[in-house]
Amino acid sequence: MLNPDAMPATLPQPRPAVPRRRAGKQNGWKQVSADQELTEQTGWMLAVRDQRDRAAFARLFAYYAPRVKGVLMRSGMGSAAAEDVAQDVMLAVWHKAAQFDPGRAQVSGWIYRIARNRQVDIARKNGRPVPEEVETETPPEADPGAILALAQESGKLRQALAKLKPEQREVIARAYLGDLTHGEIRDETGLPLGTIKSRIRLGLERLRHELKDLRSE
Amino acid sequence: MTKIAHHIPDEMLAAYAAGRLPATFEMVVAAHVSVCDSCRAALEAHETLGGTLIEEAPAAELDGDLLERTLALLDDSPAPAPAPKRFGIYPGPVAEALKHAPPRWRAAGGGVRQQILHEDGKSSVRLLYIPGGMAVPDHGHNGTELTMVLQGAFHDETGHFGPGDVEVADESLEHTPIADVGADCICLAATDARLRFRSLLPRLAQPFLRI
Repeated sequence: MLNPDAMPATLPQPRPAVPRRRAGKQNGWKQVSADQELTEQTGWMLAVRDQRDRAAFARLFAYYAPRVKGVLMRSGMGSAAAEDVAQDVMLAVWHKAAQFDPGRAQVSGWIYRIARNRQVDIARKNGRPVPEEVETETPPEADPGAILALAQESGKLRQALAKLKPEQREVIARAYLGDLTHGEIRDETGLPLGTIKSRIRLGLERLRHELKDLRSE
Repeated sequence: MTKIAHHIPDEMLAAYAAGRLPATFEMVVAAHVSVCDSCRAALEAHETLGGTLIEEAPAAELDGDLLERTLALLDDSPAPAPAPKRFGIYPGPVAEALKHAPPRWRAAGGGVRQQILHEDGKSSVRLLYIPGGMAVPDHGHNGTELTMVLQGAFHDETGHFGPGDVEVADESLEHTPIADVGADCICLAATDARLRFRSLLPRLAQPFLRI
């Protein structure tokens, strides 16, 4: 297992989801402290969740719908079908917004789940079995510490991804976006997942405690 | 809830997150995640990775007025089905398959009862009812079998399994599960005879998750 701490902490951040500082108590996330760092996407999502803000939804749509469509086409869907599903996914984002918890999920991860569930659901005769939701307040109460920790952990994950060789990154992308088994991943690349997984695990531990706290409240 | 000791293998969680786990095993994964915080966290971490990859994926071109059409649907489109809810001892995804009604048990031989939830050639998902203290006859497996305890407990050569625990068996396992004395044991069992799940072994020879 590679040592996650051996990685420099200050690699340049790749483009997406750049954190920005929000000033004061602007609309959208009043419970989050003033100096809380949120990615743009999280900001838009919270505006959709808390204000039902259509302009923010349009931004989310412009950012995610083309990517979701691209990913669906990558896993073999035709252009028109992929576009329909991408639309369904974005409508589900609007309807399920109250469940979005920035302390537990990045917007992209949350949309990834919705897209996968939708895609598999269509392919199954009996629909896709999905887990129960964690019982929580709706919308979930903001927890600035958890939001920041998740953003940092995701940033590290992104850095770990960025450090891989292009062909290794491609294999990971195929596993999560296309179709490829973890066994094949090992065969093709040696052990790139070691680093990735240790990053996931750090994130997990935090998520796990988070979930425990939710449960015991 | 008692402590869960036997979890879904991480590779299966990743496969579920990515939508490439065979349908047969999806219900067990969804049922276990419903009651297991650590596997839920692991699943959400895999989803975080998937999301990161979506952000970096190339954008496809959209039909010119898709955004307009979508905005017009915001208030009119039906809300998606809510997440499934638990029914008694049955986690949400199982309750859904039971249509929120108690199982209709059928004798399966040797005092064991069952209700089949899905069956498709060589794969099946079923509920098993094993009276307390009773042994399920010594058996091996073709392919991979996942068994999740919903009530009671059983033990076999490999360990003790209580509520929430999942046993992963493959053809290398010959075992005789015995239900604990006390509460009758109810399990969710998923089998796919075509699949070999060997991830727990050092050699992963087969691309087992793709059929």
